Amino acid sequence: MIQLEEVTKRYLTKKALQDVSLQIEPGHIIGLIGSNGSGKSTTLKLISGLLRPTKGTVLVDGEIASRRISKKVAYLSELDSYYSFFTVKQTVDFYEQTFADFNRKKAEEMLDFMKLDRTQKVKHLSKGNRGRLKIVVTLSREVPFILMDEPLSGLDPMVRSSIIKGLISFIDLEKQTVILTTHELQEIEPLLDTVILIKNGVILDQRSVEDIRTNENLSLVDWMVEKYGE
Amino acid sequence: MAQPFNPSVPIYQQLCERIKNKIIRGELGMGERLPSVRDLAIESEVNPNTVQRAYKELEDTQIVEKKRGQGTFVTENPAILQKMREEQKISHINRFVTEMREMGYSEKEMLHGLQDYLEKKEDNK
Repeated sequence: MIQLEEVTKRYLTKKALQDVSLQIEPGHIIGLIGSNGSGKSTTLKLISGLLRPTKGTVLVDGEIASRRISKKVAYLSELDSYYSFFTVKQTVDFYEQTFADFNRKKAEEMLDFMKLDRTQKVKHLSKGNRGRLKIVVTLSREVPFILMDEPLSGLDPMVRSSIIKGLISFIDLEKQTVILTTHELQEIEPLLDTVILIKNGVILDQRSVEDIRTNENLSLVDWMVEKYGE
Repeated sequence: MAQPFNPSVPIYQQLCERIKNKIIRGELGMGERLPSVRDLAIESEVNPNTVQRAYKELEDTQIVEKKRGQGTFVTENPAILQKMREEQKISHINRFVTEMREMGYSEKEMLHGLQDYLEKKEDNK
């Protein structure tokens, strides 16, 4: 379980998160949604221990999220974070050496599933294939929590579809929890159990997606627009 | 890419409808095995928990049966399937009639309209 207790995060004078309290139950796929600059990435970085809160506590399975929490949390950055002179295979080798929980067999299966050429250099990959490779190395880690910052942004519909399919195929919801941020709401909606809506560093709501459809008769996009307008 | 969902109806319900329609069309026969939760999730690009819920719903209405360690199967009880077929018919008619009423058509117009339509189709064969 992930818990944020009255968490505030300030970057110098700018407040990114304000008194945020959250509880995320395991075994679900959770979407963290909100406009640009609302605090989504900050939230993910706090959970993965890449940032420390200015105030409050962030707990992952009861443990304070510091850099060492990376043994429980895999984090996919929205930026490209690998060596461009590596080949696809070398990138996978590198991740295998870095993380004890890396499942090589799963990585190989995913490379085939994503149709990635192992001999190609990362710098020669298309943006779509770089996106796919990022997913491969992140999902190959057998960790209880997987955080993904904008895994779909800037990618064409075919790549997005293959990433979504890859996610469903290679995640084990009995043991894993996924939190992702995205603006691709329509596409991601069927994939989510729960959404957390965030605006200007404050959590507006945390709801089950099916609950929004059943009780409000709204799609996720319409619901978000309505909530944001309030 | 997967077939899109209607935005204002719960996805698990839409999955149930899709499966029921497959059974009625004969694409899924009596006693036939449904795809595994994961396979259907991948195919329709939905959360495996949602597929699980849809299967549970179909199980509760006895349209499918879960066999331990083997998977989920369409029932072999024809009475249940017949009942489901009847229910689907009524629900489609219900939708049609409600929409026609909202547009102000009388029952007579609906009946005649339907009759004419079907007869014309018959002629074109």
